[in-house]
Amino acid sequence: MLIEVDNVTHIYNDENNVTALKDINLDIDKGEFIGIVGHTGSGKSTLVQLFNGLIIPSSGTVKVNSKNISSEKRNLKETRRHVGLVFQYPEHQLFEESVYKDIAFGPKNLGLDEAEIENRVKEVMELVGLGYSEFKDRSPFNLSGGQQRRVAIAGVLALKPEVLVLDEPSAGLDPQGRKRLADLLKYLYEKLDMTIILISHRMEEIAELASRVIVMHQGKIVLDGSPKEVFANEKKLHKLALDLPQITEILHRLKEKGLNLETEIFSISKASDEIIKALRSH
Amino acid sequence: MSLIKIDGVDFSYQTDSSERPALQNINLQIEAGDFAVIIGGNGSGKSTLAKLLNVLLVPTNGDIIVDGLNTKNPDNTWKVRQKVGMVFQNPDNQLVASIVEDDVAFGPENLGIPSDQIRQRVDNSLEMVGMAGFQKFAPHKLSGGQKQRVAIAGVIAMEPDCIVLDEPTAMLDPQGRKEVMETIEYLNKEKGITIVHITHFMEEAVAADKVIVMNQGEIIQQGKPRSIFRLVDKLKEVNLDIPVAVEVAEYLRKNDIAVDDILTIDELVNSIC
Repeated sequence: MLIEVDNVTHIYNDENNVTALKDINLDIDKGEFIGIVGHTGSGKSTLVQLFNGLIIPSSGTVKVNSKNISSEKRNLKETRRHVGLVFQYPEHQLFEESVYKDIAFGPKNLGLDEAEIENRVKEVMELVGLGYSEFKDRSPFNLSGGQQRRVAIAGVLALKPEVLVLDEPSAGLDPQGRKRLADLLKYLYEKLDMTIILISHRMEEIAELASRVIVMHQGKIVLDGSPKEVFANEKKLHKLALDLPQITEILHRLKEKGLNLETEIFSISKASDEIIKALRSH
Repeated sequence: MSLIKIDGVDFSYQTDSSERPALQNINLQIEAGDFAVIIGGNGSGKSTLAKLLNVLLVPTNGDIIVDGLNTKNPDNTWKVRQKVGMVFQNPDNQLVASIVEDDVAFGPENLGIPSDQIRQRVDNSLEMVGMAGFQKFAPHKLSGGQKQRVAIAGVIAMEPDCIVLDEPTAMLDPQGRKEVMETIEYLNKEKGITIVHITHFMEEAVAADKVIVMNQGEIIQQGKPRSIFRLVDKLKEVNLDIPVAVEVAEYLRKNDIAVDDILTIDELVNSIC
């Protein structure tokens, strides 16, 4: 098991003493693509910050590759080599004078030699679609928002983590930027066998990409299964005021109106074909 | 007379080495009471246009006339800014005070409004954005949607004719987006404030009187939401999101199934069943 979360409860130690996580038990296998959804305040971001040791839980244990990272004696450097975390609006953390230096910052801190660092920077820039010679010397601050975000993601990928955790990576991107990001995540998952954990409010994105969906509500995991299984729980999701993917909502509503159709289809064109088939036989 | 008249406006950033100006040949009229939505992808020029309306920038060529005042005349700058208030994308960058009521009072104080009237304006403004009772709250304790509504209250407190909102929902979660959109629609429909809402979420244009589509510094289409949303292929070409229901409707039409001009899931379901 890659990540094991056992009986974790976390209470933030500030004036409000918010209980962010309650009795969480969760196993994540190598090679999974996990989508995490839930309202702001449901505990999603707290949960993923456990995975690379940013937060030590109030009680319970978190293990990565069987090593306990939930005690004060944890080896953070080691953990963060395994688990790379891309925060919300990661471009706000760019600080170097060139794209190259910004991406090289992490590998440098790992103590890698100059040739290896250069190889890694080249490799990850190509991965995120920023041509090496065109962008390496440019200031990250003169790039577009979408490009800045790709620099920030490249900086995490340059650490070659086994697990990539991303917190709302598509927020504020336009459709083209979102598609590019989705293609990158698909590539990392399918071709490079990375384990991906994606937090998103966009149900479309989760349904398209994830192999397993986790729904959080008030610090607890309330649903956990394949996209088909989770999005079949229409009533429960509506009760939590969470949206279904829009296409799923349309299929469910048409079925209620008496159309005989399959509702577990997430591609718009395939779903539309299903609607056409149902209408013609109606 | 239109509240805002944009006449043959070009704009180039001086530091920008690219050939293409940020805006070219923009002609647009916003009437008092309009709910206008400007949509466009990243780099389409929509934020530049917003800054021109609030005199953060002035046109390189052409004129912008706000209620009879040309924004190019430096004497008009503050008069125009009082008529056209602005709300930006990032809720964390706009709130300056340590409690909500001081933040909302900041604008009217700078206008030299007497303090008893400021109190009144602050309370009214917070009421109008659904934040009555939050006067003493610290802004950093609020959700993103609440922060944006306080930012809007700060603008309303200056009693502008028009509010320009530059992607006010881009950094919010679905709940926050809903709160902000309901607030904007209320201010327009119930309070008669002219709204210019800039977004790349197409579904936020559904309730607009007028939709303006921008691409690469130019206005490529304007009209009622229904006529704009029929142009599915064109909108996709310029990197805009199409509401899923609209996309499904277009797919069905291409397969010879009659579907009305729909904008929402409800309308789609009722049209084909």
